[in-house]
Amino acid sequence: MTNARLEAIAQECRVQIIRMLTHAGSGHPGGSLSVIDLLTAIFLGRMRHDPRQPLSPDRDRLVLSKGHCVPALYTVMWKAGYFPESMLLTLRKLGSPLQGHPDRTALPGIEAATGSLGQGLSVALGMALGLKMAGSPSRVYCVLGDGEIQEGQVWEAAMEGPKLGQPRFPLDNLTVVLDYNRIQLDDFVTKVLDLEPVIQKWQDFGWPVQEINGHDFEQINKALDQAEATRGGPSFIVAHTVKGKTVSFMENNPEWHGKAPKPAEAVRAIREILGVSEAAWDDYLRSDSGTRAIVDELTALEKK
Amino acid sequence: MPAKASRAAFGEALLELGARDARIVTVDADLSKSTMTVGFAKKYPERAFNVGIAESNMIGIGAGLALTGKIPFVCSFACFLVGRFETIRISVAYTGANVKLVGTHVGVAIGEDGYSQMGLEDVAALRALPNIPIVQPADELETRQAVAYAVDHDGPLYLRLTRQNLEPVCPPDWRFGLGRWLILREGRDVTLIGSGGPLFNCLEAAKQLAADGISAEVINAASIKPLDEETLARSAARTRHVVTVEDHSIVGGLGGAVAEFLSDAQPTLLRRLGIRTFGESGDPTALYVKHGLDPTGIAHSVKKFLNR
Repeated sequence: MTNARLEAIAQECRVQIIRMLTHAGSGHPGGSLSVIDLLTAIFLGRMRHDPRQPLSPDRDRLVLSKGHCVPALYTVMWKAGYFPESMLLTLRKLGSPLQGHPDRTALPGIEAATGSLGQGLSVALGMALGLKMAGSPSRVYCVLGDGEIQEGQVWEAAMEGPKLGQPRFPLDNLTVVLDYNRIQLDDFVTKVLDLEPVIQKWQDFGWPVQEINGHDFEQINKALDQAEATRGGPSFIVAHTVKGKTVSFMENNPEWHGKAPKPAEAVRAIREILGVSEAAWDDYLRSDSGTRAIVDELTALEKK
Repeated sequence: MPAKASRAAFGEALLELGARDARIVTVDADLSKSTMTVGFAKKYPERAFNVGIAESNMIGIGAGLALTGKIPFVCSFACFLVGRFETIRISVAYTGANVKLVGTHVGVAIGEDGYSQMGLEDVAALRALPNIPIVQPADELETRQAVAYAVDHDGPLYLRLTRQNLEPVCPPDWRFGLGRWLILREGRDVTLIGSGGPLFNCLEAAKQLAADGISAEVINAASIKPLDEETLARSAARTRHVVTVEDHSIVGGLGGAVAEFLSDAQPTLLRRLGIRTFGESGDPTALYVKHGLDPTGIAHSVKKFLNR
């Protein structure tokens, strides 16, 4: 898939993230928008998996350890064909498989329950080990949040990762990506508990570390290639991202960690995601019936 | 069969089952000599993983292994294992990972090491999770069966094992099953329901009570969750007096489970014997006497309960 195509899909996913969170009335837009480019590149550009056989033993696996950003994962799962678009609007509603945080038993394609931060890397280590023992060609991807790595369990896993399975089953089938958007729930990460020097920390624990711009598909893909080519152990990618990326009033604003936009805010967010000026918006909507429908639906939501 | 610790029987059973089933792996956190997986690790080094003193990570790795088709036995002292409740709650239970959690060194019966090493709240914590059965086998025979059962059981399961030796109590033809209790001795006046360590003392107490003209039924409740509701209801209806005996907090354990069931379904006079305080260092036998879990202590509580 070309980078231009991935970018177009990520834009579509961003619109859907805003749409579904607004319908849900709660959730985490900031981190979903910071991680969506990474998830698009990994889940749609790279992983081998089949929504018709979501439990096929040789599938690649993604553990979204920062489970609160699962709306981003739901959008790439929708794009991959795991469920229809209409299901996105059931997010956080009673009876929906699209739980507020990932539920493996509710939705095939979700690989582990996460959302209680700090647990996903350990599970990903176990998966990578099990696959290696089975001689499977599958890869495991694990996406961590930056605030999340304040959890102690992450460092238990960090210490173990390069050593687990050695020498027979080195976990070179595992790529771990840090979504470094620099904001956690209460405030900026530097103000709550600074992670720096974060690259040094992971290197000291024995991980080869790459540093990239997590919104640049060329850099993302190059780093994923290099991680895949690495032998002898797992790889770590520090992806610098912007919380709330592409929505001006959400970008770099801790307020948007964990609240859903109101319908009017959502419409503005969608306009900005699509890169349309306020002056050109009405004309744009006349030319794009799909977006028009989403906007109308959001506007109707406001009147409810 | 001589008396044997259920942790030791577990280690032996795992060795045998490991030869037949390549999916079985062990994950330990630097206590493999105590949880008795060390034999398995020697025989199958490529299937035994010691992740260092990092129980949360151990549990998560176990979950990941289970999700790729392995059958991991994730082992530590019960207090350290279940102490990482949140990891069990999300990575094992909610994820639905086929992990066999093994907690050893349960109860005040570990003795001299003192409270910090005693599993006294593990059953209470894990009972609250909707999909983890809890099994505390009574002797070597039942432990071997329970381990084999755990391998065949599709889903997470918790095995609660003792450090101390357990006298054989189950007949050779007994077959362990979830939700199936074993009546070890029939009686008319009171039902003693025990599990693991104190079960043998229940049998001894029943002998003492018989000498005083009290006929005590003794039930092995190895399946702490689910309960054998049918056997419990039937016995409670007959004796109208139920006493639970456990080396665990009296809050939320076997006694709690029995109390909840009976008060919902069949209100019955009940006494719960168990641990009401923190544990402490001491000789295991003396500790059982102190907490009233020795035969005389149990018999005394029963007589008081029956006003005799």
